[in-house]
Amino acid sequence: MRAFDYRRPAALAEALALLDADPEAAPLAGGMTLIPTLKQRLAGPSMLVDLSGIAALKGIAREGGAIRLGAMTTHAEVSGSSLVRKAIPALAALAEGIGDPHVRNRGTIGGSVANADPAADYPAAVVALNATVITSRRDIAGDDFFTGLFETALQPGELITALGFPIPDAAAYVKFPNPASRYATVGVFVARFGGEVRMAVTGAAASVFRLIVTEAALEQRFSPDVIGEEVEAALDALNADGHAPADYRAHLVAVIARRAVAACLSAS
Amino acid sequence: MRHSVRMTVNGAPVSAEVEPRTLLVDFLRQHLKLTGTHVGCDTSQCGACVVHVDGRSLKSCTALAVQMQGAEIVTIEGLARGDELHPLQAAFRDCHGLQCGFCTPGMIMSGAALLTHNPDPTEDEVRDWLEGNICRCTGYHNIVRAVRAAAAVINAA
Repeated sequence: MRAFDYRRPAALAEALALLDADPEAAPLAGGMTLIPTLKQRLAGPSMLVDLSGIAALKGIAREGGAIRLGAMTTHAEVSGSSLVRKAIPALAALAEGIGDPHVRNRGTIGGSVANADPAADYPAAVVALNATVITSRRDIAGDDFFTGLFETALQPGELITALGFPIPDAAAYVKFPNPASRYATVGVFVARFGGEVRMAVTGAAASVFRLIVTEAALEQRFSPDVIGEEVEAALDALNADGHAPADYRAHLVAVIARRAVAACLSAS
Repeated sequence: MRHSVRMTVNGAPVSAEVEPRTLLVDFLRQHLKLTGTHVGCDTSQCGACVVHVDGRSLKSCTALAVQMQGAEIVTIEGLARGDELHPLQAAFRDCHGLQCGFCTPGMIMSGAALLTHNPDPTEDEVRDWLEGNICRCTGYHNIVRAVRAAAAVINAA
């Protein structure tokens, strides 16, 4: 690791001022991606601004028809929250499937969402539930947040402060995990809001995406067997790497989407 | 630039001046000479470096010492009471839960974290929990047996 300075402010305003004052400074959430990145010298910030001391970034609350999660809420806190387990059990189950217990004790939802790893789990929930990404400057709709490979709508110096997840009538998340890392080779989150169906895929492409045509078919009849081979054929520009070639990922998208619908039916 | 950090390690107060880039595991091993915590993969996958921070397990190769201001840390050296092994340590020996022993400190610290919040785990729950700890010798069966045997001992006490 290259040398860097370190600050742990107690107030969000102070963190924002530190980041504004130095374009080379980087925010530190749980560090589960950033610290390995620093070790590999893929990043060399001048300063880490540790967000763990900011009380306003923590906490889980129900606000009307949504669950609000502070950006620094850990995966273990999400999966262990009775509020989340009751309101959006699929989200609690997703959090419980990230990494391993030690990673879940440190990694945060805000860090994961801001990082926008193409194989991360949370982006599928953010998009399928059309969560609101609440930042230090504005509210961003889940549909508009992820813009590409490790790219988001966040501007320099803008921090996620919380996420608001609308409570669906039913939802499910199923992933085909990489056997070593537990990142999603393919993960599908499906959610039903009244007659509306939203389905988002992570792990398969450069960034999370929705299966718009499949959603429409599921709105007509919510059953795994409406997802046929045409889903695979319609997918292009999928990831191909040592874990899975693109055609296998396309096959997995259809298989996991069917499983997600089945899981959603048995959950509702 | 060095930062002062104070923490409690295995019940004893510790204060030191550290560079912000010093990893917690390097601080434990090199500054405090607590070499029971191992560095295996150094990429937060293998779990040889698991310690407890404020009662929760973490991978100390993926945390900075400077983040531990005010924290209570327990390492493998802090589990035994004098000459009396912790039930997990005794069970790993009794069940032959190790061969080379390199992963054992992390396995035991991970198992201890599991038993804190789930005192009587099923075999599946133990296997699921130990997902973040890799052993290249045993094939895991005896490790899982050891964790469940330790749970039985603790629950009978």
